[in-house]
Amino acid sequence: MAIDLPFIWAAIIAFAVLAYVILDGFDLGIGILFPFFPEKRDRDVMMNSVAPVWDGNETWLVLGGGGLMAVFPLAYSVILSALYAPIIAMVLGLVFRGVAFEYRWRTKRGEFLWNWAFAGGSTVAAFTQGVALGALVQGIPVANRAYAGAWWDWLTPFSIATGFAVLVGYALLGSTWLVMKTTGELAEKARRIALRTCFVTIAAMGIISLWTPFLRPQYLERWFSWPTAVFSIIVPALVLGCFALLLRGIRSKRDAQPFLAALGLFVLGFAGIGISFYPYMVPPSVTIWDAAAPDSSLAFLLWGAAFLVPIILIYSGYAYWVFRGKMDPEEGYH
Amino acid sequence: MLIRHGRGQTVATGQAKRRRPDPRKDCTVFESFDATLLARIQFAFTVSFHIIFPAFSIGLASFLAVLEALWLWKKDQVYMDLFNFWKTIFAVAFGMGVVSGIVMSYQFGTNWSVFSDKAGPIIGPLMGYEVLTAFFLEAGFLGVMLFGLHRVGPKLHFLATFMVAFGTLISATWILAVNSWMQTPAGFGMNEAGQFIPLDWWKVVFNPSFPYRLVHMVLAAYLTTAFVVGAVGAWHLLKNTAPRRSRTMFSMAMWMATIVAPIQIMAGDFHGLNTLEHQPVKVMAMEGHFDSHPNGAPLILFGIPNTAEKRIDYAIEIPKFSSLILKHDLNAPLAGLDTIPDNLEPPVAVVFSSFRVMVGIGFAMLGIGLWSLWCRFRGTLDSADWLHRAAVLMGPAGFVAVLAGWITTEVGRQPYTIYGQLLTADSISPVAAPAVAASLIAFIVVYFFVFGSGTFYILRLMKRLPRDPMPDLDDGPIRTSGIMPGPATGHTHGSTHHGH
Repeated sequence: MAIDLPFIWAAIIAFAVLAYVILDGFDLGIGILFPFFPEKRDRDVMMNSVAPVWDGNETWLVLGGGGLMAVFPLAYSVILSALYAPIIAMVLGLVFRGVAFEYRWRTKRGEFLWNWAFAGGSTVAAFTQGVALGALVQGIPVANRAYAGAWWDWLTPFSIATGFAVLVGYALLGSTWLVMKTTGELAEKARRIALRTCFVTIAAMGIISLWTPFLRPQYLERWFSWPTAVFSIIVPALVLGCFALLLRGIRSKRDAQPFLAALGLFVLGFAGIGISFYPYMVPPSVTIWDAAAPDSSLAFLLWGAAFLVPIILIYSGYAYWVFRGKMDPEEGYH
Repeated sequence: MLIRHGRGQTVATGQAKRRRPDPRKDCTVFESFDATLLARIQFAFTVSFHIIFPAFSIGLASFLAVLEALWLWKKDQVYMDLFNFWKTIFAVAFGMGVVSGIVMSYQFGTNWSVFSDKAGPIIGPLMGYEVLTAFFLEAGFLGVMLFGLHRVGPKLHFLATFMVAFGTLISATWILAVNSWMQTPAGFGMNEAGQFIPLDWWKVVFNPSFPYRLVHMVLAAYLTTAFVVGAVGAWHLLKNTAPRRSRTMFSMAMWMATIVAPIQIMAGDFHGLNTLEHQPVKVMAMEGHFDSHPNGAPLILFGIPNTAEKRIDYAIEIPKFSSLILKHDLNAPLAGLDTIPDNLEPPVAVVFSSFRVMVGIGFAMLGIGLWSLWCRFRGTLDSADWLHRAAVLMGPAGFVAVLAGWITTEVGRQPYTIYGQLLTADSISPVAAPAVAASLIAFIVVYFFVFGSGTFYILRLMKRLPRDPMPDLDDGPIRTSGIMPGPATGHTHGSTHHGH
C-alpha cells in the first residue's frame, strides 16, 4: 500500500477534533460565562450570538466520535470505556445546554432553570472534556483489545488540572467571541473578562506543558532530545506571539483580533499534544496503525471525507457569513 | 450474558451460579441485574427516547418544505403562517433529537465497546457517512432556515429548508443501512483480530432487509407527523380558532393519512415477508407460533403469551390464515419455535405484544384516513366533530407505533446484536454493573426532566393559535438580531418572519 491510510485518517480525525474544540469551545464558553452576566438582556444577546451556529459546531464532535469508531474502532472502544464517567457526564452536560437554546425562550417562569442548565451544562461539558484529555495524555492501559485499567484511573491531579485548563480556555474563547460580536457595555465587560482569562489560560498552558513531559518518558524524550526538541522552542515562541496579539487586540479595540489569537492558542496547544502523542493514538501502547480499521474501511470513508469535508467547510462558512457582523443589542432585547 | 424472559429458565442464572470473577457482574449489589442487562436497558431507554424525535422531525422537515414550496408557488399567506407555526415546534424537536443523538453516538463506545471494536470497521464508516452527508447538512442549513429568511431571501431560504428536509432523509438512509446490516448482515468477512471487515460495500449497504426497513421507517415518520399535524389541526377546529389555518393543516394531514396508511400496511407486509426469509425466528415470535404447523398455521389476532407453558392463552385465531399471509397458501407448513434451541429464541412475549400494538395502530390510522375521505366527499371534513375528536386522540399514535415496531424488530433480533454472528452477551464493555446502573439512573432522571419539559413546551406551542404569539412569551429567540433588515414590529411580535 503506497498510501498510508491510517496516517491520513489520524490527520482527518485530529482536524475534526480541533475543529470541534475551537468551534464548540467558544459557544461552550458563552455558557461558562453566563453566571458573570446576570442581566437578561445581556444573556439574550450572548445566546443569540451563537444560536444559529452551535448545532453545526457540535456536529464536529459527532464526526470525531463517529469517525473514530469507523477508522480507529479499537481506540474508540478503549477510550470510551476507560473514560466512562467523564464521557457520560459530558454528554449529559451537552444535553442540558443543547436544549436550553430552545427551552429558554419557551417559558418565563422556568427561564432561570434553563439559564442554569445552559451554564451548568456548558461548564460540565468543558470540564469533562479537559479531564478526558488529561486522562488520555496520562495513558490508558490496554490488554487483549480492551481497557485494562481500573474504574477511576482517569481521576488524577493532572486530569483535574487539564479539566480546569480547558474550562478557562473555553471561557477565553467565549469572551473574545463576545468582544468580536457585541457592542457597548457587554463588549466592555467581555473585554475585561478576556484580559483576565487570557492570563490564566497562558499560566495553565505553561503548567500543563511543564507537567506533561514528566508523565511519560516518551514525552520527555520528545520535547528534550534532538531533533524534536526544536518544537520546545517553536511552540512556546508561537504561543507567546499569540498571547501578545491577544493583549494588543484587547487594548487596541481591534475586535476580531483577540478571538483569532485565542484560536491560535488552541491550535498551538493542540499541536503540542499531537507532538507528544505521535505515533500513538492511545498512549502508551496503541499506535495509529494498531488502532486502524482495515484499509477497505478507511478507503471507503476517505472518498466521502475528501469530497465532503471541503463542501461542509464551505456551507458551514456560508452559515457564519449569513450571520456575520456585530449583534445589535436593541434588536436582541425584547 | 443472556437474559431471556420465558420458561422460567435463563442462561443468566446458569452463568451466575458459576461465579466467575468477572468485572461485568457485581452480584452483591445487583443480584439480578448484571451489566449486560443494565446496558441493554440503558440502550433501549436512550434509543427509544431518541427515535421519537427523528420520527417526528423527518416528517416535519418534509412538511415544512412542502409548506414553503406551496407558499412560494401559490403566494398564499396561510402557508407561511403554518410554516412559522410548525417551524418553532420543529426547532424544539430537532434540538432534542440532536442532543439525544449525541448520547447515542457515544453509547456504542461506553457500553458496547467490544461490539464497537468488532463491528466498527463496517458500521463505523456508514455512520461516518451519515455525519458527513446528513448531520452537517442539517446543522449548516438549520440556522438559515430558522432565523435567516430576511437575510437570504425567500428562494435561498427555501433551499435551506429543502436541505434540512433532504438531510433528515439521508440520515435515515444511513442509519437504517447500519441497523439493517445488524439484522441481515451481508458482504463481510472476519479478520484475525475477530473484527467484521467489509468485503463488498454494495452488499453491506444494500443488505437484504435494508430497502424494506428504510421504506417502512420513512413512511412511519411521515404518518407519525401527519397524525400530529392532524391532531393539532383538529384540536383548533374543535376550539374554532383560526379556522382557515386549522382547516388547511387538518386537510393536508388527512390526505397524508388516507394515502400513506394503506401504502404503509403494504410496505409492512413486504417487510414481514422479507423477515420471514432472513430472520424466521423473529416471525415465529411475532406470530406467537410456539409449535410448528405442518399444514397451515393459524393467524393469532390476540392472546396472552404464556412462555412458561409455550403457548398463547386465550388466543383468538383464524385457522390457516398465517400461512396464507406469509406463504400465500392456506396449507403451507410453517415451522415454530419448537424447532429452535431455547437459548437462541428472542423474548416471545415482548415481540408478540409489541407487534400487535404496531399493527393495531396501523389499521386505526387506515380507519381515520378512510373516515376522513368519506367526510371529505360529503363536504363535512371541517365540521365532523367526532372525526376531529378521534384525530386528536390519535395524535400520539404514530410515536407509539414507531416504538412498538422498533421493539418488535430489535427484541426480535435477540440474542444477537449482529444477527447470527455476534451475541449480545459478547458485545458488552468490560464495565462493572454499578457503573452502568449509576449512569442508567442518571439518564432516566435527566431524560424525564429534559424531554418532559420539551414535550410540555411543544404542547404549549401547539396550543397557540397558528401565527399568533403566546401571551407574554416570545415566539422564539431573535437570534438574527443585528444587521437583519427585519420589519420594525418583528421583535415585538417575537416572530422575525412574517412572510410577505
